[in-house]
Amino acid sequence: MRVGDICEAVKGKLICGEDKTDVDIEYAFASDLMSDVLTVKCDSLLLITGLANLQTIRTAEMSDACCILFVRNKTITDEMKQLAIESGIPLISCSITMFRAAGELYKAGLKPLF
Amino acid sequence: MSVMSFEYKVEGGDFTRAGYASSQVKKMLKQLGVEAVIIKRVVVCLYEAEVNIVAHAYHGVIYISLSSDSINMRLVDEGPGIPDIPRAMQKGFSTASHEVREMGFGAGMGLPNIKDNADIFNINSEVGKGTVLEITINLTHKAA
Repeated sequence: MRVGDICEAVKGKLICGEDKTDVDIEYAFASDLMSDVLTVKCDSLLLITGLANLQTIRTAEMSDACCILFVRNKTITDEMKQLAIESGIPLISCSITMFRAAGELYKAGLKPLF
Repeated sequence: MSVMSFEYKVEGGDFTRAGYASSQVKKMLKQLGVEAVIIKRVVVCLYEAEVNIVAHAYHGVIYISLSSDSINMRLVDEGPGIPDIPRAMQKGFSTASHEVREMGFGAGMGLPNIKDNADIFNINSEVGKGTVLEITINLTHKAA
């Protein structure tokens, strides 16, 4: 599923990564626990999270996550945005819950890892 | 065999900079053309260990030694140390603060995940002095 289609499916807003809307992603993992994200062995991954801080971006960078979807209108700081741009990770923000975002994206074809 | 060495200083409590050293090492390994699956194992180990220094220690130094066939990462910190290492290695055991948990860590998954990803993993600690982690990962294609 393309980053642009993911954004549309959750009625989200693309915060950065305008040049990456055509990147294709196969799997999604929803978690607020970054240590759990770091156990995932997959390189075509969307991270769905409600945790918004610099370590969320760092964790995505180390896990080779292709995109981060922040749910429930979390504040994305300029520092987070800057780090995401440097790491080449598009950020999407949406207002819906993590449960609903996961449901919509599962319905649209993103696969779970386990 | 040529060996490249690097050092990174890490400050306890500085969560804005946590992950900087891991990010630099990731970029370097990418430039050297190391396989992505191996880079990921290296940086997952290093990032978890770096976050541990930030979360638990006063300060520390990361020593990276890179040869053509392996990377050795030695993380030496000054801090409270770990009184019971076997317990710290158990999945789910953590002494992390509320602040660390708010950052998405402190679930007792870090050290076991480092061990899972490393080819060689050693941990030594002295209460009241600090902890030394030594992690080696083969850059050739061998299972962890």
